Amino acid sequence: MFISLFGAVESGVIYAIMALGVYLSFRVLDFPDLTVDGSFVTGAAVGAISITNGVPPILATLLALLAGFLTGSITGILNTKGKINPLLSGILMMIALYSINLRILGRPTLSLIRESTLFKNLEPIWDATGIDQAINGFIGLMGVERFPDTWVVLIFMIIVTVLIKLLTDYFLKTEVGLALRATGDNERMIRSLSANTDTLTIAGLGISNGLVALSGALVAQYGGFADVNMGIGMIVIGLASVIIGEALFGTKNIARTTLAVIGGAIVYRIVVTLALRVDFLKTGDMKLITALLVIVALIAPKIITASKENRRRQRKKMALNKKTEEV
Amino acid sequence: MLSLKNIALTFNEDTPDEKKALQDIHLTLEKGDFVTVIGSNGAGKSTLMNVISGSLKPDIGTVAIDGRQVVHLPEYKRSSYIGRVFQDPMAGTAPSMTIEENLAMAYARNKKRRLRAGVSKKRRELFREFLQTLQLGLEDRLTAKVGLLSGGERQALSLLMATFTEPNILLLDEHTAALDPSRAELITNLTGEIVDKFNLTTLMVTHNMQQALDLGNRLIMMDKGQIIFDVSGDQKQELTIEKLLHEFQRIRGKMLDNDRAILG
Repeated sequence: MFISLFGAVESGVIYAIMALGVYLSFRVLDFPDLTVDGSFVTGAAVGAISITNGVPPILATLLALLAGFLTGSITGILNTKGKINPLLSGILMMIALYSINLRILGRPTLSLIRESTLFKNLEPIWDATGIDQAINGFIGLMGVERFPDTWVVLIFMIIVTVLIKLLTDYFLKTEVGLALRATGDNERMIRSLSANTDTLTIAGLGISNGLVALSGALVAQYGGFADVNMGIGMIVIGLASVIIGEALFGTKNIARTTLAVIGGAIVYRIVVTLALRVDFLKTGDMKLITALLVIVALIAPKIITASKENRRRQRKKMALNKKTEEV
Repeated sequence: MLSLKNIALTFNEDTPDEKKALQDIHLTLEKGDFVTVIGSNGAGKSTLMNVISGSLKPDIGTVAIDGRQVVHLPEYKRSSYIGRVFQDPMAGTAPSMTIEENLAMAYARNKKRRLRAGVSKKRRELFREFLQTLQLGLEDRLTAKVGLLSGGERQALSLLMATFTEPNILLLDEHTAALDPSRAELITNLTGEIVDKFNLTTLMVTHNMQQALDLGNRLIMMDKGQIIFDVSGDQKQELTIEKLLHEFQRIRGKMLDNDRAILG
C-alpha cells in the first residue's frame, strides 16, 4: 500500500508539470489546446532519442522542452494567423504530431533501460548523502515495513516542479504575463492597450506545450521508455488535474491556483492508483475512471454550492416565519 | 493632431446589401480639441471611431496622428497613441484580474512590455493617487477583482485606464449609454474633468444631445456616412437642442430635395 501510494505521488509530481502547462492554455489563455496529446509524446521522443544518441540527459530534457515550445507555437500560428478555430488547430496539430513523433522515435517504442537518465545520474550523488537511510529510518519508526528504492526521484521532482510553479507565478505577474492573462480574459481590451494578442497567444501556447513536453521527457526517463501512444488522453488527465485541484484547493490568486493544480495532479494519481486496487477494475479502465473523475470534479462543487444556497434560504425563511408568528 | 482625409468605406460592395458607411470624410482636430459626434443610428459614427482606432480599415483615405501616417498600422500598434472607452462597461477591463493589474496593463500602453513585475510598490502608489481622483473609494480596493465592481465603477476605471497615460487621441464611444442616469452623469463629469486636466484631444460619440452640447468645444453631426454639420467655439456654446434639431431638419430636407432633383 505505502509503496503504491509512494509511486502515485512520485508520478503525480512529474505529471504536475504537464498539468501546469494545461493550466496555462486552458485557464490563462482560455484556449482548449488538444496539442497536448501530441506534444507530450514529442517531449518524450526527443528526450529519448537524444539520450540514446549520447546527448547528456539534462541537455536532452531541455531539447524536449524546446521541441514542445515549437509544437505549441505552431498551434498558435494556425489559430491566430490561419484563423483556424482553437479546438481544430489543436486537433490538427495533435494528429500531425503522431506521425512526426513516430519519425522522431524511428519505431513505436524506444527503451531507455540501458541508457543513462537524469534520475540514474543523480542516484550515486544522492546515495552519498545518506538521506535515503535517514528518511527510511524515520518512516520505519512510524510502522512502514517496505521502503521505496530511492527518494531521489520524488525529492528532485518536487524541487523542479516547485521551481517551475514559482517561475510561472512570477511570469504571470510581469507586464508580459499580465497581457497574456488579459488575452484570455478580454482580448479586445488588451488589444486596445497596444498588446499584440497574436504574438501573446503563440508564445503562451509555446510555453504551455514546452512544459507538457518537459513532463513527457521526464516521464519517459522515469518509466524507462518512450512510446508513440503514451500521449493518448493526456489532455483529459491534464484537465482532470486542473479541475480537481481547483475544486479541492481553491483559486484565490495565481500562486494558490498553480499550487492547486500541482495538488490536483497528485490527487488524480492517488485516486487512480486506489481505484485500480479494486479487484474488478483493470488497467484498461483507467480512461473511464479519468472521465468519471473529471465529471465528478465539475459537478460536485455546483451541487455543494446549490445546497448551501438552499440551506441559507431555508434559514432566512424560518427566521421570517418566526418573526411573523411573534407579531 | 488628428487628421482624416478622403476616408471612404463601403460594406458589402456590389451586393444588394451594399452600405456606404463612410463617404469622403475630412476631419482635422487640433491639439486639445474636444469634439462631440452626434447622428442617428447607422450614420457612421461608430464606423468612424473604428477607422481611427484601426479595428476597421478604410477602402481609401488616410489617418494621421501628430503628422504620422497610421492607416497601415494594425490596431494594437495604433493603440499606443489612442485611448479608448467602449459603450459596454464590460469591454474596457479584464474581469478576472485585479484593479491594480488592470491599471498596470493600461500603464504599459505606450511602453514596451517586459519581464518585470507589472505592479511595483512605486506604481501601486501612483495608481492609488489616480484612483483617488475618481472619488469612488476604489483606491482602497486595489486587489479586488474588477468583475466584482458595478457597471458605473468599471466604466470609471475604464475611463481612467484610457486616459492616465495621456494618449495623443481619446476616443469615447457612447461610453455613458449603458449606465443609469446618475452614473452616466458621474462619468460625464469625470470625462470633462479628465479631458481638461490632461488637455486631451478627444472625439466623443453620443446619443445624448444635451451631453453633446455640454461637453467639448466643437460638435459635428453625421448622417448617412457624411459629416453634415460642424460647429465650434462661440457658435457651439449658443446651440440648444431645439436649434440642433431644427438644423438637422433643414440640412436633411435640403438633401432630400437634392435627391428628388436627381431622381426627377
